[in-house]
Amino acid sequence: MESTEAKELHDTHHDADGHGADHHHDPGFWRKYIFSTDHKIIGIQYGITSLLFMLFGFFLIATMRWSMAYPGQPMPVVGSLLHIIMGDMTSAVFDPETKELIGYAISNDLYNAFGAMHGTIMVFLAVVPLAFAAFGNYVVPLQIGAVDMAFPRLNMASYHLFLLGGLIMLASFFIPGGPAQAGWTSYSPLATSIQTDGQLYWLIAMVIIITSSLLGAVNFIATIIQLRAPGMTWMRMPFFCWAQFVTAFLLLLAFPPLEVGALLQLMDKVAGTSFYLPTGLAISTMKDISGGGSPLLYQHLFWFLGHPEVYVLILPAMGVVSEIIANNTRKPLWGYKSLVYSTLVLGFLSFIVWAHHMYLTGMGTKISTFFQTTTMIISIPSVIILTCLFISLWGGSIRFNTPMLFALAFLPMFGIGGLTGLPLGFNYSDILLHDTYYVIGHFHYVVAPGTIFGLIAGIYFWYPKMTGRYMNEFWGKVHFWGSFIFMNLTFQPMFAQGMAGMLRRMADGGVGYSIANNPDAVGGLADQFVKLNANITLAAYALGLAQIPFIINLFYSISKGKKVESDNPWHSTTLEWQTPTPPPHGNFTTPPTVTGGPYEYSVPGSSQDYIPQNQKA
Amino acid sequence: MEVPYTVENRPDTGLYNAKVGIWLFLASEVMLFGALFSSYILLRVGALEGHWPTELLNVPIGTVNTMVLILSSVTVVMAWASLKLNDFKKFKMYQLATVICACMFVLIKSYEYRDKLTHHDVVLADGMRVDGHLVEETDEYIILSHPVSYPAVKGIGYRPTAIKEAEHGDDHHHAEDRKIMLADIVKRTTWGPWANTYFAIYFTLTGLHALHVIAGALVIAYYWGPGSKMWKTNPEQFTNRIEVSGLFWHFVDLVWIFLFPILYLL
Amino acid sequence: MSGHGPEEIKKTIRTYLKVLGVLVVGTIATVGASYLHFDSMAMTVGLALLIASVKAGFVALYFMHLIDEQKIIYKLLGLTTFFFLGLMVLIIWASGDKPMNTVMP
Repeated sequence: MESTEAKELHDTHHDADGHGADHHHDPGFWRKYIFSTDHKIIGIQYGITSLLFMLFGFFLIATMRWSMAYPGQPMPVVGSLLHIIMGDMTSAVFDPETKELIGYAISNDLYNAFGAMHGTIMVFLAVVPLAFAAFGNYVVPLQIGAVDMAFPRLNMASYHLFLLGGLIMLASFFIPGGPAQAGWTSYSPLATSIQTDGQLYWLIAMVIIITSSLLGAVNFIATIIQLRAPGMTWMRMPFFCWAQFVTAFLLLLAFPPLEVGALLQLMDKVAGTSFYLPTGLAISTMKDISGGGSPLLYQHLFWFLGHPEVYVLILPAMGVVSEIIANNTRKPLWGYKSLVYSTLVLGFLSFIVWAHHMYLTGMGTKISTFFQTTTMIISIPSVIILTCLFISLWGGSIRFNTPMLFALAFLPMFGIGGLTGLPLGFNYSDILLHDTYYVIGHFHYVVAPGTIFGLIAGIYFWYPKMTGRYMNEFWGKVHFWGSFIFMNLTFQPMFAQGMAGMLRRMADGGVGYSIANNPDAVGGLADQFVKLNANITLAAYALGLAQIPFIINLFYSISKGKKVESDNPWHSTTLEWQTPTPPPHGNFTTPPTVTGGPYEYSVPGSSQDYIPQNQKA
Repeated sequence: MEVPYTVENRPDTGLYNAKVGIWLFLASEVMLFGALFSSYILLRVGALEGHWPTELLNVPIGTVNTMVLILSSVTVVMAWASLKLNDFKKFKMYQLATVICACMFVLIKSYEYRDKLTHHDVVLADGMRVDGHLVEETDEYIILSHPVSYPAVKGIGYRPTAIKEAEHGDDHHHAEDRKIMLADIVKRTTWGPWANTYFAIYFTLTGLHALHVIAGALVIAYYWGPGSKMWKTNPEQFTNRIEVSGLFWHFVDLVWIFLFPILYLL
Repeated sequence: MSGHGPEEIKKTIRTYLKVLGVLVVGTIATVGASYLHFDSMAMTVGLALLIASVKAGFVALYFMHLIDEQKIIYKLLGLTTFFFLGLMVLIIWASGDKPMNTVMP
């Protein structure tokens, strides 16, 4: 009965321009995997691309960490390879006695370039596409019971634009002078005054990536508004979809100002305008400028995106973690409605907190107080979300499988990341901590063991749906414990370094400012904090090694993993598990009609401990 | 596999997919131009006293262009209404008018651009600043037509006052061409985006707007020409497409309604 | 947008032509107002923006059919307007609130 009703709703559409044409015949490799309009394939494309970018971003930081831990010393193997690719950007190191070439270290310029690209690649090319585009594309249409995204061809265009932007970003490594060097924030006038073309590539790539994200955001919101299955009311949507919905809105409305920021900087760079170049700027390379611009304008435009971006990074991970926690505690999420409303408030407020990144730019006290107040208010919904997830664990019979371990680790790790942000939100304490390693520690606690743990949990969790096989549990646990331990060993010491006053963006890791090198100076960096650099670097390398089991597991399990026993191996309630494995183009064999809430676990009196959303109790 | 609600409205939202999509896109466009307008205000408020130029653009031309764009906005909506009335011929006529209006707009705009890019602005060794259209250029001198001259220290904001003073005085010197020796020139520029922040934001805002006009005109031209075949196979979806492209076109018009006063008149 | 009958479309066509009239008059009024030299800059700017907003309002309400649209579109535009105003107002506020104004008399 319910299926005929659903059929009516879906069959009223008469296809006109061949949207569905490609499921009648075999589309061939290119149509199927490269120019696919299937949201699942596009999701996987995004996933693979962003994981590769993440690996590359990690490689960049690994070389930088070497420079910080062992300043001036040649890098084994990698140094010579970098010399072949980057040429003069690496600096040759000679033996002080024999004067023989003993290897290559990265120069300060290259350190700056790698630092800028590490940030850019990790944020815009790795974590956002993985969290939003990859998981969103694969899971959201399945969870709301849709056949595809609302605009499948636009979806394909978003991915190809993203790839193009990424390739331009990569191409900048091979031009003379190397990639952009002005940090991932690209503040003007520094960014404009560096004479190499790296910044130009960066700006063009960013405009393309932003456009891709905008198209993606339009598509996601339209899909969630228009294509929910019959019966899938707003309050029956899984929390993950809510998180993606709010994330899409953040991208839609916050990215355009950054696009403007990048366009104006591009004009400064190419057309000789002075949007960000003030009158009286004394930089020898920029004499022929008209002046009259405002460097603060760029910072406003950048951080208007920059802050919502933090929630773009964290919300999808929160969504993934919620799904996994509900599934593995076998009970409904505690406070589903609070979670939803908190997410909406979080998204709303995230637009009016941005200038807490700018306390040290000479803003007045009134406006600083305003932003400080909104910043403190926005921590409330974040804490509500985290509290709801913690309480959800209470009294559950928890299954400690790999996805659940990562999801559980997310909670305290994100907690540390969030709480260490409070001193940065107050302008008086931010004056001390700004631009120190404390900020780095805070931000990375939010994103690395926070977001990335959540996303890895998601990979382990949805892998059986994508491939029909589980990832290996033992190696998954090795991956988890390795990541968990070394992640903390990497980022925890940074808080200490930062509070001791060690600044970020120094290629020598602060040696130049240490008491050891400047015995007469006041306020030098104590030796034990400089020495922590080596510990952090080793921990970071160990963290890298801990990912090897994951990478092998990811590929090995596609063909050799344990096969799933059914289409719903985790006994989950949400709709993505009510499809064939892997779901075909078009997803559901019979269009689903939703009759229940998203987390009907352990319902008293029910024959099994879960009731899928499209089945009646 | 068919995506539902591409043609008919979803019952609970009352909308078809593309309409939701275009409004979402327009929302992001509002933020895009909003950020540019904010930049305009910030630059203008932050400009040094007397350094924000006014009355540099040709108001009659700008008014004509505004009218052209308003007219095209009406023809777009009339084209859609014609389709609703099943009058395909009228649709063709109105959309043709739209495309012609769009081309006119871009042509007039590029004339204005050329006019500014050939307008030279020099500071002389004696501290006077002279601007005018380049008539002749040699290795030794340049000749500027309709020159306006005023002390450079007063800033470009003084220029309208200088023109008035010259008109009120007996001196009709400004109407004659002026020969300036290159040796006397300290600083020389043209009125491109590099001249000052006003021209920077003028070229950026109008350039981005012109790109929107061109993009919109291409889409409308496509649905006027090859894309209009769909009218025979699926008139409802075709009408939807015209409505959606029209919504974009009205937005472009709407942006210009704000651009015109802030760049030409204030 | 709910009316689809030929009669209603014909009625809206008459509306469109009236709106065209309003827009033309509005444009002339904007240009005319710029020749009136008010003493205060705020008055000049305010009048120009007021006329522009009225014109934009007519385009949005009648040509873009916002006078009769679905609730979800209004919600979306309300949200966008809020963030747009937030962006603009806070940036301008920040540029006006310099530490100099408070620290140095």
